[in-house]
Amino acid sequence: MNPIAIIIGLPLIGFLINGLFGKQLPKMISGLLGVSTILIAFILTATQLSNFISTETYSSTLKLFTFLNVDNLVLEASFKLDRLSIWMTMIITGIGTLIHIYSMAYMWEDEGFHKFFSYLNFFVFNMLLLVLGSNFLMLFFGWEGVGLCSYLLIGFWYSRPEYGKAARKAFVMNRIGDLGLLLGMFLIIHQFGTLDYDAVIQGIAQGKTSGSMLTAISMLLFVGAMGKSAQIPLYTWLPDAMAGPTPVSALIHAATMVTAGIYLIVRTQILFEMAPFTGEFIFWIGLCTSILAALIGLKQNDIKKVLAYSTVSQLGFMFVALGCGAYTTAMFHLTTHAFFKALLFLGAGSVIHGVHHEQDIRLMGGLKSKMPLTYITFLIGTLAITGFPLLSGFFSKDEILTHVFEHNKIGYALMVFSALLTGIYMFRMFFVTFHGTYRNSHYSLDKVHESPLGMTLPLIILAFLSVIGGALNLPEYLTHQSGTLANWLKPILTIEESKHAISHSTEYILIGIAVLVFVIAFFFTRSKYVSKNHVPSEAESTGIAGYMENKFYVDELYNTVFVKPLEGLSDILGNFFETKVIAPLSFGINSVLTRIGRLNKFVQDGNIEKYLLFMVIGIVILIGINLFI
Amino acid sequence: MLSIFQNLDISHYIYLSCVLFSIGLFGVLFRRNAIVLLMCIELMLNAVNLLLAAFTEYMGDPNANGQMFVFFIMVVAAAEAAVGLAILVMVYRNTRKTDVSFLDSLKD
Repeated sequence: MNPIAIIIGLPLIGFLINGLFGKQLPKMISGLLGVSTILIAFILTATQLSNFISTETYSSTLKLFTFLNVDNLVLEASFKLDRLSIWMTMIITGIGTLIHIYSMAYMWEDEGFHKFFSYLNFFVFNMLLLVLGSNFLMLFFGWEGVGLCSYLLIGFWYSRPEYGKAARKAFVMNRIGDLGLLLGMFLIIHQFGTLDYDAVIQGIAQGKTSGSMLTAISMLLFVGAMGKSAQIPLYTWLPDAMAGPTPVSALIHAATMVTAGIYLIVRTQILFEMAPFTGEFIFWIGLCTSILAALIGLKQNDIKKVLAYSTVSQLGFMFVALGCGAYTTAMFHLTTHAFFKALLFLGAGSVIHGVHHEQDIRLMGGLKSKMPLTYITFLIGTLAITGFPLLSGFFSKDEILTHVFEHNKIGYALMVFSALLTGIYMFRMFFVTFHGTYRNSHYSLDKVHESPLGMTLPLIILAFLSVIGGALNLPEYLTHQSGTLANWLKPILTIEESKHAISHSTEYILIGIAVLVFVIAFFFTRSKYVSKNHVPSEAESTGIAGYMENKFYVDELYNTVFVKPLEGLSDILGNFFETKVIAPLSFGINSVLTRIGRLNKFVQDGNIEKYLLFMVIGIVILIGINLFI
Repeated sequence: MLSIFQNLDISHYIYLSCVLFSIGLFGVLFRRNAIVLLMCIELMLNAVNLLLAAFTEYMGDPNANGQMFVFFIMVVAAAEAAVGLAILVMVYRNTRKTDVSFLDSLKD
């Protein structure tokens, strides 16, 4: 059997069994089923790696059936395992396995245990559909599927109305992006008559379409990526998505699903290469998103919200890299981000678990001694994301910054500022949570406990990966050759990536700046939150800080600009148009017909004599007509 | 005896059969008893029969085709009466009535 079918099929089987019979299964079996399907898929994917090492342009395809065959358009359910998709599959199944293991401990007490695992497996299935599909249609199926799973899992604790609202918000905002993706696909069909990646790439190479059309297609695809990967203006759903259980936030809203937009652009890079305007647009959108989200993250007090804004900000970093045309770098940052952000989210989950479902960092503090393992792994995650030298985030972020420096100097300054903010909000959260004194009077410090092994083990593994993740793509100045990931992705990149045009000395200066940024962020926050033992105040901030605390009122802005007018329109339609126009019209037609019916009823009421009488009258009239006229 | 009929003017036959037919028709229209209805239908048929016989004589048809037709009508009338009565018996068994208003019940 084709390994692709097994890799995709296993999570589906897990989903079906847990979804249909989960209630009858013991929790242990239900959970182990969820874990093992992903684990086996991971191992199988890993065994496929060797094929790629021996042959540079190896790829394996699987064609299941034909969806649609009309005129010249053939849409097929087919899959393709190439260097890019196997990389994504490794991340999805690898991190997926760890998070499934973690979830077994985290969700053990929850009554929806089996439901959780069936959703989670279904998510992995859809995500694999997304990355392994060999055409836009399969990508779109996966794209919608992960959106659905995201909706289901954000609203997992559906008895809380505000969670349901967050789930709906995520779904609706994603739909806006999906519309862009869909329109982009239609344009592709219109221009190339196919949705197959290879055929589209070939079509572009043959110059089948004009430059402006390519710009339109790439812009529409990017709108899709904006929705899924939470970029301005469609980012507001991601922080609200934190209503879901923490493992969900780690898997879906940090490590995998939100990176689908980056995957889409890397997959269709040639489109973006041929449309320089879109590239520039992506660059600035990513830049603005990374700064805006980082600024908001500075003032959030919910441990998960800080991480959520951090995710939005880091996704902005990846888009900036894409905007510079540095696809390998974006994939590299995607990978390291998947490691350390999953670690941070799971660590946050461990903290939340330890302090009995409290998420406000103002009510934490001093957890260092009580949760040593969580503390150390969280510290590693924080160091990795803030760019502590030689950890994974350091290399990937540094690579992005170098590319930005080449691309646009003003952009570089802004990105450095954004990196500084990253350091500040992460260390602020870290110090306030783990250092200082414990501040929650409702739940005493004695009761705070370290999480069980099922939760700490994934933390340790992820911490390890966060430390060594940089080795996946070591920079040239260290090894004097291009990095592993760069070599790995080279055969599938249609455009040769430009070599660094800048000298080594400039590069060392850039690294120096990055380290300096880290040091400033570290000592600034340390002096503020550890030495002075400052705790974010309960009172509303004023001025710019107030704007940051209130997320720049973006939600309120959307509410006024889009939601309120729509509600007003529905109000008019519902209360005036419906009651005053449509209802009288339909009821009027109804009553006229009823009256006609009532009149006709007398003609045919089953009374024989009446029938005969009518008949006789009719005959008499006919005879009369015959005789006298 | 026969000559009396032969000497009668054709108009008398027409008047008589008109009267008979009208009696039958009004009976069908305004009586509710099914047996009476059947009888009235017989009356109307016989009015037609009478007219047919009279006109055959009047036209002096040597083959008496019109009178032959009367026999057919009689056969049909007998068959119709048999079927009608059979239905009536069944209706009577079920409803203990011979009133045609039972046909209303098909309405709903």
